[in-house]
Amino acid sequence: MKKEIIFSMKSPYRDDFRIQAFRFGKGIKTLAIVGAMRGDEIQQQYICSQLIRILKDLEEKGKVAADREILVIPSVNPFSMNVGKRFWALDGTDINRMFPGYDQGETTQRIAASLFKAIEGYEYGIQMASYYMPGDFIPHVRMLQTGYEAVEDAKQFGLPYVCIRQPLPFDTTMLNYNWQIWNTKAFSVYGGQTNHVEDKTSKLTIEAILRFMKNNGLITSVNINPGYLSDIMNEEELITVKSDSGGILYRIKSPYDNVVENETIARVIHPYEGSVISEIKSPCNGVIFFAHNKPLALQGDPLFKIINS
Amino acid sequence: MIKTVVSSALPIDEKLRIKKNILTNGKGKKRICIVTGTHGDELEGQYVCFELINKIKANMEKLDGTVEIYPSLNPLGMDSITRGVPNFDLDMNRIFPGNPEGSMAEAAAFAICEDLKGADMVIDIHSSNIFLREIPQIRINVDEAEHLVPYARMLNIDFIWVHESATVLQATLAHSLNRCSTPTIVVEMGVGMRINHSMGNELVRGILNLMKNMGIWEGEISPAVISEPVISNGDNVIFLNADKSGIFLTETRNNTIVEKDELIGKIVDPLSGDILQTIKASERGLLFTIRAYPVVYEGSLIARIYKL
Ligand SMILES: [Zn+2]
Repeated sequence: MKKEIIFSMKSPYRDDFRIQAFRFGKGIKTLAIVGAMRGDEIQQQYICSQLIRILKDLEEKGKVAADREILVIPSVNPFSMNVGKRFWALDGTDINRMFPGYDQGETTQRIAASLFKAIEGYEYGIQMASYYMPGDFIPHVRMLQTGYEAVEDAKQFGLPYVCIRQPLPFDTTMLNYNWQIWNTKAFSVYGGQTNHVEDKTSKLTIEAILRFMKNNGLITSVNINPGYLSDIMNEEELITVKSDSGGILYRIKSPYDNVVENETIARVIHPYEGSVISEIKSPCNGVIFFAHNKPLALQGDPLFKIINS
Repeated sequence: MIKTVVSSALPIDEKLRIKKNILTNGKGKKRICIVTGTHGDELEGQYVCFELINKIKANMEKLDGTVEIYPSLNPLGMDSITRGVPNFDLDMNRIFPGNPEGSMAEAAAFAICEDLKGADMVIDIHSSNIFLREIPQIRINVDEAEHLVPYARMLNIDFIWVHESATVLQATLAHSLNRCSTPTIVVEMGVGMRINHSMGNELVRGILNLMKNMGIWEGEISPAVISEPVISNGDNVIFLNADKSGIFLTETRNNTIVEKDELIGKIVDPLSGDILQTIKASERGLLFTIRAYPVVYEGSLIARIYKL
């Protein structure tokens, strides 16, 4: 294991800002993994920390491919995490909306540029991502349809689903999009949680990434179950169930749950009187893929995304 | 007449309402819309809405057509000093034309777009952010320049910045409306969280002048002289960014011509007393942006100069 600082910067009042990278093996740049980019992506960082621990151990035992290189960057944004902010604390900008970055530009553009320089040119790239809406997922690999998306390779994770979608204008500044455009086969892995490291999705995600490494010959002699035969789906195929009123959300169904048409999957409760304002019903038979996980619902909030069977 | 454009239930005994004021008179069919308050920390547009409504109401008989004023596209942000939409990750000006099936913010963006479509002119007023002080200026995507610059020149502002098109900006309100043939002009002026009356008065006069040219307003424009803006061409905007982190101090006034090598300001260390960096104009030009918020990191934007 080789540890290095790929970017550092003085702060007006705080300790220096540093991005650390951990390298395993050497030779052909094969896999780069990026953990927390936002200050609340603690699970994402935890997963990377566990991968670093496991890879260090495997490398010492000679079980990491000698001719290829794995790079792990557990956090791009320790400053925001230390002060409990999701985005860059001074100006509220999101590093994951700054790619490919600009080394003469604003602070977060410079951070993005230095990260991108370090992770450019790898055959595969994995980003531990979080969704812009609060919720739980069935763990899956997500990729944008740029024309370069490596859908077949994504099955190597053995996660239940590989989810693809058309990029929107604001996606063009995200890491996944730019990685793909610059010829890295990029995957965003959604574990399903952001803040709870104990969650079972942490273990599933760590296994999935190790499985990907094993299936690509990057590590050997590791015991991992073979995982799922991933289903590929387009995000547009998911059925969105919205809240038709505001109130306290009482969730009944969770990711992985099977539902039948017209089954009650959540209730919106009157915030003062406790009565049921609205029964949220499944419009189809299927499996819950995404479920909102905050106890309050706004009118029109997407509460569930269901895989229609 | 006040009309609610969007109404959506919040969890606890409250509705989010996005409202507009419709002023209409005469037989004229033209409609101009003034929108602002997309970013909850930008307040310059509030003064413009207030003044414009009163100027028109005082001479209602001079109005021939419809003026619609939307002071706050992001009421929750305005009310909580939040730039974005509270509880939502994305900048509201990056989600247009919106999505009726999306989250509350995306559905609101969709309804706003639908409501504005078909207007003869939309003016979208922004006031930078808390970090930068901007001279009154209009920003136009190069693809729209030919069509929009003639209108922009009527708005009594100091500078028109014709900039390159960027994919990410396709999700702004202005781009979304321009794409569906609703001419939309973005004004940037002042600084976040503050109101500058004289800038606001100049823009109100500019809006009335534009309305007059469009045949919506028959009142006097006083004073009648409208300022002739500097119009940027090509790639002549220079960005000066901080090389050091510290406290930025300046005595330079925005909206002045700076000479090459003229001192713009310095970045200092309040602990050691050292000057970490002196920032000088790299070219002669119009200083149209200057840092307002003193705390800077490496990379923080300090100034923008339009090279003359
Ligand atoms: Zn703004």
